[in-house]
Amino acid sequence: MSVLVDKADLSLKYTAHYNEVKDELFANSSDILNAQRKKAFQNFVLQGIPTRKNENYKYTNLNPAFVPDFKFIHTREEKKADMGEVFRCDVPQLNTNLALVFNGWFYKNETEKGDLPEGVILDSLDSISKERPELLEKYASLANVEEDPMVALNTAFAKDGFFLYVPKNVVVESPIQIINLLQDEKDTFSTQRNFILVEDGAKVQVLLCDHTLNLNQYLNNSVTEIFAGNNAEVEFYTLQNQHNKATNINSVFIDQQRDSRVTTHTASLHGGLIRNNLQFALNGENAEAHMFGMSFMDKKQHVDNFTQVIHAAPHCESNQIYKNVLDEKSTGAFAGRIHVVRDAQKTNAFQRNNNLLLTDEATMQTKPQLIIDADDVKCSHGATVGQIDEEALFYLRARGIQEDKARLMMMNAFAHEVVKEIKLEPLRDRIDELVDKRLKGEVARCHDCAYQCDC
Amino acid sequence: MLKIKDLYASVEGMEILKGINLEVKPGEVHAIMGPNGSGKSTLANVLAGKEDYEITNGEVVFEGEDLLEKSPEERAKEGIFLSFQYPVEIPGVPMVNFLKTSVNEHRKHKGLKELTAGEFLKLMREKMDLVDMHTKLTNRMVNEGFSGGEKKKNEIFQMALLEPKLAILDETDSGLDIDALKTVANGVNALKSPERSTIVVTHYQRLLDYIVPDFVHILYQGKIVKTAGKELAFQLEEKGYDWIKSENGN
Ligand SMILES: Nc1ncnc2c1ncn2[C@@H]1O[C@H](COP(=O)(O)OP(=O)(O)OP(=O)(O)O)[C@@H](O)[C@H]1O
Ligand SMILES: [Mg+2]
Repeated sequence: MSVLVDKADLSLKYTAHYNEVKDELFANSSDILNAQRKKAFQNFVLQGIPTRKNENYKYTNLNPAFVPDFKFIHTREEKKADMGEVFRCDVPQLNTNLALVFNGWFYKNETEKGDLPEGVILDSLDSISKERPELLEKYASLANVEEDPMVALNTAFAKDGFFLYVPKNVVVESPIQIINLLQDEKDTFSTQRNFILVEDGAKVQVLLCDHTLNLNQYLNNSVTEIFAGNNAEVEFYTLQNQHNKATNINSVFIDQQRDSRVTTHTASLHGGLIRNNLQFALNGENAEAHMFGMSFMDKKQHVDNFTQVIHAAPHCESNQIYKNVLDEKSTGAFAGRIHVVRDAQKTNAFQRNNNLLLTDEATMQTKPQLIIDADDVKCSHGATVGQIDEEALFYLRARGIQEDKARLMMMNAFAHEVVKEIKLEPLRDRIDELVDKRLKGEVARCHDCAYQCDC
Repeated sequence: MLKIKDLYASVEGMEILKGINLEVKPGEVHAIMGPNGSGKSTLANVLAGKEDYEITNGEVVFEGEDLLEKSPEERAKEGIFLSFQYPVEIPGVPMVNFLKTSVNEHRKHKGLKELTAGEFLKLMREKMDLVDMHTKLTNRMVNEGFSGGEKKKNEIFQMALLEPKLAILDETDSGLDIDALKTVANGVNALKSPERSTIVVTHYQRLLDYIVPDFVHILYQGKIVKTAGKELAFQLEEKGYDWIKSENGN
């Protein structure tokens, strides 16, 4: 099918699909999820699939990704993958509590129980929203369907995803790892809706690994809402490792209360088209937000990180470092919006985006945007787009290091600033290794995983 | 060991080296002096294999082989070491990684077994003592935030680790305090042997008190215009370059 499809037609295909499967969407779903569906759908109808005329999607044309005739999975399917095998795909020595999301649906790890402390819930959004609706009062309160059509579409189609609850003052020692797999015999559209509630004084580390298991086309549209209570501490790592025919639209919304500390790491190692929406709302005094991102793109891959930080309370700090390495004809974008509202005095907001272009054909768009309505704030931003430093390269070569190895050292060095911020040591080592492989041109895939695909 | 014949090099169409002739035999120390901008660093860089320069004429033979057709890394592994006038900072590349990779590339080239991390650290400590290098530097990224003198010391430290056949020291003495100057000189002298040679580029006679040259050359406007013994350095210290300039028609 031509990619020059009329935009209205393309959106119509999805609205028609919604109307067709409406009953299936509402059936067996909780009231909480269903309550948002209609309004979300209406908002999608109003906005349609975003084009580049949409200011927030200026650098990413999503339309071609919506063209294939996707299969949708609106009802839980019997597990097709061998879970025991899949769960071997872990981060070595990282003693994690594992769970699986398969084509958007949550599956518990039955083989290993893990060591989650009493009261912590790691389960399916579908079942928790039925069994413990009181834990989901804030569902859809962050992810605004009026502002982003992809969020609207997600909310309209939302059936499942993972749900994580860490009660007051509970510290989860071992990280929680969620493996997102896409696998079907058909080209598949997956909708994933996640919810993380970390109460006052609680602490947790979450690692998300996105994989594709075969060569079909995939579109994954996921939305995650994270609530960090007073003095809560959350580390949220996302490792994106999908093939060139996969589109990953990933929206994460975070609400931070007083004295909380949230760190996100988004490592885009592989993927056809990746769009990461990350929105932080600092709603309590003294909250601290750290955002790190790195990407390694080649071929015609595209990565677009769109961050928004809303400083809504005084004395908060936000800090962003995003780094992209773009090879061949790959393209990248970074747009970072910092909004300091009127009374958010003593705000400290920092943002930096550095990009390394390895060829003349790779391109990068970078755009900071500061909206500052308070007067006593410290805000800074900076961006660079450059090539490998030839002087440094010569220095390494003059010490006997082969050119390709020297280049690799330089690229690793470039990424290092972000990698070193990963606090989970085994994960840091693992990512170091994956980055190194990625840069060497070896497919950086979880090699312990039984599911190999050479795409 | 090294034979440079009628070497011409230019950058962006501008001729910088205009017919250099120089022969360095095993065990010899040659000093190259000359006014700013005369081409000393260019010569050093051309020998190390920097690709910014176009060689328009001449040849360089090192250990019986054509040097100019080799890559910088091959030259390094075959024993040429350039101590840079301005060592570059490489953020994100840890010193230890860099040094270990470099040493092991050299060892592989010689058909030796690569050193393990433990073996390398042992070697490193030994050489650190030799040039009075501090772990506070080796624990950092390559040259990152090093002071001028620390960068120079780091160059000599690398030289001590790599034990080159021909060391080219491009103004390694500038920016060094008196004690550091002695340490650097000791590092260079410790490597001295009948097989190893050194080319010292310097502006000051002072360094030559410690590293005693067999020959002093004056490079002026891309050519070696005078060659003599170490007394030439004293003469320059006293009289400056005016007499050289007027002898050469300026
Ligand atoms: N890459 C380059 N591009 C342009 N000009 C260059 C380049 N390298 C050297 N030159 C020029 O060539 C001339 C010789 O420079 P070189 O650095 O070799 O001088 P030098 O003798 O080492 O001087 P100094 O004593 O100041 O270190 C200078 O005029 C310099 O500007
Ligand atoms: Mg010079």
